[in-house]
Amino acid sequence: MEGDIATMGQFIGAGLAAIGSGAAAIGVGNVAGNFLAGALRNPSAAGDQTATLFIGIAFAEALGIFAFLVALLLMFAV
Amino acid sequence: MADEVYEDDGLVFHPMDQFIVTPLFGGDEVHWYTITNVTLWLALGVAGIAAMMVLGTRGRATVPSKSQSIAELAYTFIYKMVEDVAGKDALKFFPYIMTLFLFIVFANFLGLVPMAFTTTSHIAVTAVLALGVFLTVTIVGFVKNGASFLGLFWVSSAPLPLRPVLAVIEVISYFVRPVSHSIRLAGNMMAGHAVIKVFAGFAAITAVAPISVLAVTAMYGLEVLVSFIQAYVFTILTCVYLKDALHPHH
Repeated sequence: MEGDIATMGQFIGAGLAAIGSGAAAIGVGNVAGNFLAGALRNPSAAGDQTATLFIGIAFAEALGIFAFLVALLLMFAV
Repeated sequence: MADEVYEDDGLVFHPMDQFIVTPLFGGDEVHWYTITNVTLWLALGVAGIAAMMVLGTRGRATVPSKSQSIAELAYTFIYKMVEDVAGKDALKFFPYIMTLFLFIVFANFLGLVPMAFTTTSHIAVTAVLALGVFLTVTIVGFVKNGASFLGLFWVSSAPLPLRPVLAVIEVISYFVRPVSHSIRLAGNMMAGHAVIKVFAGFAAITAVAPISVLAVTAMYGLEVLVSFIQAYVFTILTCVYLKDALHPHH
């Protein structure tokens, strides 16, 4: 075990940034779960809303991707 | 960075090594004209699209053959998406959106071939696509609506005191669009491929090798799904942005 404190901070920061991915997972699950709940209540209206579903998932996921990007930058670019 | 990893004797390869751009015909320097593995796989993607759309529909049969069915399916799928999401007057941009979708879907799926290079995992590739969409949408918005395109940032349905605050938020979100648009695609492709490589690395340890092989298989299945969904999301967001440009009023 060797290394300086900056490397340690880098790795800890990357690990902390990975929490954002988990938060994005909660968001995406929320969107998809609510869509399914609504779709089962009114299946005839569900087909038209799949585009909205994917847009919602994409927006929720974008922030998780940003967290992942921060982790990558810390690991490989800093 | 890479040297540190090679010094360890546990992990033989680095999970990010698969994304290194290397010239195909000798030499180490990469210029703008150098033919690299990125060039090769981009060209293969374009060749694949040309084969599917030109050769596949060559028969022009009333009862389509298998390849013609695939081409027609892709065509109607995107046509309906543009019509539903962006409206009828956005159909002028259908060729552009169709090109984007086919290019991304082919690049993503070709990247899943073992030993292939995933071109869409590079932000350089996706940023060009996203910037193209951003510039198109902005120019179309100003040409179609003139200065009233700025009404996109002035939410007239909100209470008056809130509108300046919302305008700032809307402007920021408008300019973050190309960033999130490109990083979403590149990040998803890169993350998936890196995870597969990490699990493949665990296969070297005998005790966990069976689990590792199962995990690689499962992740690969997920990646097939993600490849298509990310291409779909990229295209549908393009349609949403285009709708904003054609009808800027909330």
